[in-house]
Amino acid sequence: MDEEYDVIVLGTGLTECILSGLLSVEGKKVLHIDKQDFYGGESASLNLSQLYSKFKPSGQKPELKGRDRDWCVDLIPKFLMSNGELTNILVHTDVTRYIEFKQIGGSYVYRNGRIAKVPSNEMEAVRSSLMGIFEKRRMKGFLEFIANYDEDVKSTHQGLDLDTNTMNEVYNYWRLENGTKDFIGHAMALWPNDDYLNEPARQTYERIVLYVQSVAKYGKSPYIYPLYGLGELPQGFARLSAIYGGTYMLDTPIDEVLYEDGKFAGVITKEGKAKAPIVIADPTYFPEKVKKTGQRVIRAMCIMDHPIPNTNDLDSLQLIIPQNQVGRKHDIYIACLSDVHCVVPKGYYLAIISTIIETDTPHVELEPAFKLLGPRIDTLMGIAELYEPQQDGSKDGIYISKTYDASSHFESMTDDVKDLYFRVMGKPLVLKKRPNAEEEEGLNGL
Amino acid sequence: MSFPNPPKAIKLVLLGEAAVGKSSLVLRFVSNDFQENKEPTIGAAFLTQKCTIGDKTIKYEIWDTAGQERFASLAPMYYRNAQAALVVYDITKPASFLKARHWVKELHEQASKDIIIALVGNKYDLVEDSNDELRKVSVEEGKKLAEEEDLLFFETSAKTSFNVNEVFIGIGSKIPDNSPVTETRPENGARIDLSSQPAQKSNSSCC
Repeated sequence: MDEEYDVIVLGTGLTECILSGLLSVEGKKVLHIDKQDFYGGESASLNLSQLYSKFKPSGQKPELKGRDRDWCVDLIPKFLMSNGELTNILVHTDVTRYIEFKQIGGSYVYRNGRIAKVPSNEMEAVRSSLMGIFEKRRMKGFLEFIANYDEDVKSTHQGLDLDTNTMNEVYNYWRLENGTKDFIGHAMALWPNDDYLNEPARQTYERIVLYVQSVAKYGKSPYIYPLYGLGELPQGFARLSAIYGGTYMLDTPIDEVLYEDGKFAGVITKEGKAKAPIVIADPTYFPEKVKKTGQRVIRAMCIMDHPIPNTNDLDSLQLIIPQNQVGRKHDIYIACLSDVHCVVPKGYYLAIISTIIETDTPHVELEPAFKLLGPRIDTLMGIAELYEPQQDGSKDGIYISKTYDASSHFESMTDDVKDLYFRVMGKPLVLKKRPNAEEEEGLNGL
Repeated sequence: MSFPNPPKAIKLVLLGEAAVGKSSLVLRFVSNDFQENKEPTIGAAFLTQKCTIGDKTIKYEIWDTAGQERFASLAPMYYRNAQAALVVYDITKPASFLKARHWVKELHEQASKDIIIALVGNKYDLVEDSNDELRKVSVEEGKKLAEEEDLLFFETSAKTSFNVNEVFIGIGSKIPDNSPVTETRPENGARIDLSSQPAQKSNSSCC
C-alpha cells in the first residue's frame, strides 16, 4: 500500500476508537492500526488464556470451568454512569445497536468497618444503616437542597454560593459528620481524594447531581455495563468507523514514523507506506513524547465462586473504600461482576480492585479490599504507570491520549476524547443524532 | 381478522474474500438490484430485509464486513450472536474457495455452535453459457465441503439473481421456529434500552 489518509489512528483503545468513529462519520478518511492482534489495547477484555499469559505467564492456572471465551476480564475496571457522557456518545452515534447493556446491581460504600448501600435519595437516606438517626435527618436535608437547587431561584440557595463557598463549607452548613462527608464525596461525587473539600462546591454539586440522576434513570445503581465486557465498547466504535469507510489493520507494528519539516507525515508498516497529516495515538506509540503523571495504579483481578459477602448476594456492584476510612490518601475501588453480564461462566464472580499506589508494597495496600471479598480462587495483579502527552499536538500533528486513570467511571476518559476532538478538528464536539434503525429501514426500501 | 406473528430478527454475517460479490448478493436480495463495480456501502450499520417462509416471517439483519475486511481485522463482535452466516467464494477463483474453508473453520471456532452456515459459490453467470473454461471450482468440490462441514450449499449469480432468494429462504427454513433470538444469552435481569427517554426497563429481545 502507498496510500493517503486524512487521519491515522494508532491503538484501538476506547479513546482512539471513539475518535476514529466520530471522525469517520464526519467524512474523514481514517486508517486505524493496532500493533496487537486484538481490539481494545488497554481497554480490552481478555479471555482466560490471554489473561493468564499476560499476568501469570509461568504460574499455574487453577482448574476453572467454561470455555476460554466465556471469560471476558477487563484490563481497566470501570462502569458507565447511566446519565454520563459516554452514554450520550453511545446513544448519539447509535453504537448502542451493537452492544447490550445491563444495570450494575448496587453501589456500596465502606464506613466504620462495615459496608452498606449508598443512599441516592432522601427516602434511602432515612432507611440507610450508614448513619445514626440525627445524621439521617441532616443528610435528608442536604439531599433535598441538592435536588431543589435552582440557579435562578435564590431562595433555593440557602445563602450558599457554589462558586465561592467550598464544599466543606456547604457540608458544614448542613452540619454533616466527617464519615458522611466521606461517602458523599467519595461514593457519590466519586472524588478519588479529599482535595475537593477546599475547592468551590460547584463541581462537587454537579457530580452529585450526575450520580443522583444516573440512579434515577434505571433504579438499582447509577451504573450500567456492556454484556461481554468493556472490550465491546472499542469494538462498537471501530465498527462505526468501519461502516463509514474506516480501514482497520490489526497485528501491524509501526516500523517507522515519517516526518516532514518536523511534522507527522505518515507511517511505514509491513503493508507499506500510509500518509496522513495527523495522527491520534495512545501513549505507547510515542514513548518519547509522553511523560509520567507520577501516579501508578495497582489492579487486582480476583476470581471467586461467591458474591461479595454482606451485599445481599448481588450479581454485580461497585464498592468504594474511602481513603479516610482506611488511613489512605486515595480510595480503593472494587468492581464486582458475574455471569449475568456474560464476563464469567455461571457460578463464578469477578472482583477487580484498583487504587493509586502510595507505598513500596502496593499489594499490601489492597488488604482492606481482600478482607471484604472473602475466599478467592485466584488473584492476578498488575501495575500500570499513567502517562500523558507532553504537548498538545498543534506543532507536530501528533495527538496523544492519556492513559486510562484509576477512576471508577468514564467521565475523565470522555473529557480526553472531547479535548482531543477539539484540538484535531478545531471545533467542539457536537453530538448529532444518526438515523435510527427504523429510519434506516425506511431508506432500505427505496 | 388475524395478526401475523411479529418477524423474528436474525443476525446474518457475510464472510469471504474481497470481490467475490458479498455485497452484490445482499444488494440483490435486499433491493433486487445489481451494480457493476459497486462501491462499498457507507454508513449502514446493517441492511435489513424481511423474508416470508410459509407462515413465518424472518427479518434478516445483514452485517457487512466493511472496513475490517481488507487486512483481516474482523472484531469478535462481528460473530457475536450471529445466527446465520454466508461464506461466499467466486467459482472462477480457486483462492477464494480456499479462503472460504478458512472462514468456515473460523466460524466453528468463534461463532455460536448453532449457527447456520450457507456456502455460496457466486458468479454463476460467468460459466452459464457453457463457458465452462472459466469455472475453476467444481460443483462437486463445493458440495463436498458443504457435506463435510454440515453447510447449506448454493451456486448463485448476484448479476442475474440466479438462486439468490433461495439462499435466504434456505437459511430461513433451517432456523428453528421456537428459538428466541437471545436463546444463548442469559435472561436473568432485564437489558436496558439506552435510547429510550425517559428510560425504562425493557424486556425486548430484538432491536
